[in-house]
Amino acid sequence: MHRISEFIVGLLFGLGLLLSGMTDPAKVLGFLDILGTWDPSLAFVMGGAIAVGFFAFALAKKRTTSFLGGALHLPKATQIDKRLVLGGLTFGAGWGLAGFCPGPGLVSMASGEVKAAVFVAAMVAGMLVYEWADRTLHRPPAHKAHA
Amino acid sequence: MTIDWANFTPWASLAGGVLLGVASALFVLLNGRVLGISGILGGLLPPKQGDAGWRVSVLLGMFSAPLVYGLLAPEGFIKAPQIDASFGLVVVAGLLVGLGTRYGSGCTSGHGVCGLSRLSPRSLVATLAFMGAGFVTVYLVRHVFGI
Repeated sequence: MHRISEFIVGLLFGLGLLLSGMTDPAKVLGFLDILGTWDPSLAFVMGGAIAVGFFAFALAKKRTTSFLGGALHLPKATQIDKRLVLGGLTFGAGWGLAGFCPGPGLVSMASGEVKAAVFVAAMVAGMLVYEWADRTLHRPPAHKAHA
Repeated sequence: MTIDWANFTPWASLAGGVLLGVASALFVLLNGRVLGISGILGGLLPPKQGDAGWRVSVLLGMFSAPLVYGLLAPEGFIKAPQIDASFGLVVVAGLLVGLGTRYGSGCTSGHGVCGLSRLSPRSLVATLAFMGAGFVTVYLVRHVFGI
């Protein structure tokens, strides 16, 4: 049951990305080009997603288990630190360079876009570099926080 | 600033956004997890025993989306993505996105959609950071360096 709902969630998410225009880097860059010829469409993506998500998370916060009976893994981290801000800035710079963020990159790769596959390969390499650096530099068990 | 009316797609983007919200809602309510794509992918690098199945299910659902979208979407809604960035730029972008999303513990889905939906101050800061960096990067690329 869990595997089926996870698959459907991934499918719906991918369909949402395709319909919204998030998988089209030219559209993403048109949205980020706020001082040029600006395409505000993607603000509607965020608005539509949060309008639904807000109620779901409000309901989830009141529960102790999921509706399928499993544990609720809601993020516990609250600290606003250097990692969060520098990580966000680094991600945003990469997003602005090519117009791909992780989800749309993966979906466009599945559409057969060669450049999206190259993007995903580089993204995975970047994640592996992070894993390696985190393990070598952060030996003391200070941080273990995820979004 | 001028509005790019020719490419403005408020309804498709809103509907796509609602789908992203529905996927995130189902995921937290049924599976008890935050739908954050960079975290889901990053958690497979390397895969840990008992923690890989759900990640793979979500990713397989996403990979199926282009096929299903091709069957369901009305003509005119199926548009090949336009990727203007060169291969070199795509590689740099991918590395930055991979590093940044792991260092900052999330991307457009985890911090943007889910984090803002659950009113997390931490995710708001991350979202402002990556959106801000995205705006500045596109401004520099298009209007200062004119690539």
